[in-house]
Amino acid sequence: MTTGVSGPSTALEPVDAGERAEYASLYDRPLLELGAMARERAAAAVPGGVVSYIADRNINYTNVCVTDCSFCAFYRRPGHEEGYVLSNEQIGAKIDEAKAIGAVQILMQGGHNPYLKLDYYTGLLDYIKTHHPIHVHGFSASELDIIARVHKLDVDTVVGELMDAGLDSVPGAGAEILVDDVRDRIAKKKIDTGRWLDIHRAVHGRGLLSSATMMFGAGESRDDRVEHMIRVRDLQRETGGFTAFIPWTLQSDGTEMDGTPEATAAEYLKTVAISRLVIDNVPNLQVSYVTQGPKVAQVALHFGCNDFGSLMMEENVVSATGTDFIMPRPMLVRFIEQAGFKAVPRYQDYSRVRDDLDWYCGCAVCLDRRGA
Amino acid sequence: MIYPRIEGELSVRPQAPELISIAEKVEAGERISREDAIALFETDDLLAVGSMADLVNRRLNGDRVYYVANQHINPTNVCILNKVCVFCSYGVRPLAEDAYTMSLEEVYAEADAARHSPTREFHIVGGLHPKLPLSYYTDMIRGLKERHPHVHVKALTAVEIAHLARIEGVTTRDVIRELKDAGLDAMPGGGAEVFSPAVRSTIADRKLAADEWLQVHREAHELGIPTNCTLLYGHVESSADRVDHMLMLRDLQDETGGFSTFIPLAWHPDNTALGREMGVEGNRTGGLDDLKALAVGRILLDNIPHIKTHWIMVTTKVSQIALSFGVDDLEGTVVLEKVTHTAGADTPLGLDLDEIVRLIRDAGKTPVERDSLYNAVGEAAVA
Repeated sequence: MTTGVSGPSTALEPVDAGERAEYASLYDRPLLELGAMARERAAAAVPGGVVSYIADRNINYTNVCVTDCSFCAFYRRPGHEEGYVLSNEQIGAKIDEAKAIGAVQILMQGGHNPYLKLDYYTGLLDYIKTHHPIHVHGFSASELDIIARVHKLDVDTVVGELMDAGLDSVPGAGAEILVDDVRDRIAKKKIDTGRWLDIHRAVHGRGLLSSATMMFGAGESRDDRVEHMIRVRDLQRETGGFTAFIPWTLQSDGTEMDGTPEATAAEYLKTVAISRLVIDNVPNLQVSYVTQGPKVAQVALHFGCNDFGSLMMEENVVSATGTDFIMPRPMLVRFIEQAGFKAVPRYQDYSRVRDDLDWYCGCAVCLDRRGA
Repeated sequence: MIYPRIEGELSVRPQAPELISIAEKVEAGERISREDAIALFETDDLLAVGSMADLVNRRLNGDRVYYVANQHINPTNVCILNKVCVFCSYGVRPLAEDAYTMSLEEVYAEADAARHSPTREFHIVGGLHPKLPLSYYTDMIRGLKERHPHVHVKALTAVEIAHLARIEGVTTRDVIRELKDAGLDAMPGGGAEVFSPAVRSTIADRKLAADEWLQVHREAHELGIPTNCTLLYGHVESSADRVDHMLMLRDLQDETGGFSTFIPLAWHPDNTALGREMGVEGNRTGGLDDLKALAVGRILLDNIPHIKTHWIMVTTKVSQIALSFGVDDLEGTVVLEKVTHTAGADTPLGLDLDEIVRLIRDAGKTPVERDSLYNAVGEAAVA
């Protein structure tokens, strides 16, 4: 297996076309029937009638990016006057603000900035853990990829270095649609399907957890979406390292794909429900209230979702397209409770927030750091 | 046909035991009781409620989802109830800085957009202006009919009709008759709010009382004017208040058969006195509230042919989902909606017909463009 520099990704076996077609045909079932099937699976996977959420803040350390994804309105090319890289102190201040309102993690993601070297990342992580200790959920697969390529290092080595410096878990972004034909069209310069999976395999191999996302409504077919789900499920069978699956819809305003009609709410609910049915080994399915709005997110709790995602203090990427839903905690809790569930704050590993803890995070990785 | 379905079968069986007997009634086509409807509001089994509503709707409307290309005209925001209806941010005092009253020429100029659009309906509602006489409205309707003979006029809520009757010193029946003579085709369902006297005294004290509102609609039905009916939910009312309100509508419908459509309206608190008093803003109602108001409406109001989702108030996403929860009417293109947007609705000001058709098709339904009287028009009329 190579997770190496710019070498080929692990060769992908084609997915079973029959299985893919069978799952894709679920899209033709009535919406409510799909909801009922998914709801039953969700209740079995996560019993107790609870819906979890995490208090965190997105910190986008840089918007400089060389990948030119046609669906993105956040990035700026190197040299652009609106390009930025946050200083450690700026990031520290954002963390303190987040902790003051009860955040248990930061989600740290940025553009693919080739001017940032590995020591920037390790230095930043070390600075955070020393001065503003908090769980760092950061650096999605495509960011890890560019660090590895800049240094001609193995991704596994990069993950190891970042983990030693304080990286606690890896977000599932950059997956878009894990079908190379689709990726070639919407994100030609981004890592391919095999590489995305390899990087998550490496992350899980180091004992870090990650999530997996899916951005849909970019002109892909229903078969493509199901193939994506099967890829995630299959890697999960191998590693068990995915905590959650997070589908969301393309928001095209201000991007090169501006004018692409958004996948509708009915399509969204069907997609989350089918995700729950296909990916039977990832316990958590997260709503995307940022793209769907709080009302549909609430309804999605009856279509197989069991997690409301993050109570974001700051969100810059989706809001760059003009889609802008931020929920204060009381509203988020009210929406969960009105849907008939108990709202439970969690850590990144989906364990419940503990009031008795004398450490900044109760996830297994962070507790290990306390022991070390 | 995207979803083959066995007639009379629920797509989702209820999980909650208290819903089983209700589901049996719905499957058998029987009327549900007050207690049944309250149980439907109180349950967390959203999908079972949706499935019952879907079944009732399919029996009445098949896979059809109606929409009308309409234009809202709000002739004045001056309202003598501006202090009374604490849930509203639209009405203002006559001398308020932002008070406006359109001249008939201004109304016609605004309506002129209909010449270049597929508009089939003018939806005309406004404040209770202390001075505007009945002739202002009859002249307006005549003028609009002359200029746009193919466009239906759905105008004036029961509250406005009663106000005009008071100003003119005539009966409400006289007002409706004169409006009908001028060309009125239908009446909107606004001003119903919640009929419960306790709720009404909290949110709209001194506004037309329940029996008066119902009487105006009774008279309209008797004069051959079809009307809509509404419920404003998501403020201080209880499930029982909502159900009692709907039952009063159901009773009148049994008597007259004149209601075309029931439209639950989600309250928007921003910039309202009630919102400030309750300390609430933003999205007051959740997606479940919105879907249940529609779905329970569909199940309980078994004698009203259509249930409409008002996307301006609940978002286009919820409105589309509602098409699987018993709804067969998607509020059409709305040109220049003002009333809800002054209360903080962040939905678009208008939707184009292509988008409405896409939403309906994507929900697995058949779009049918209609006029105010639910006649198929456009392509649907010849298909």
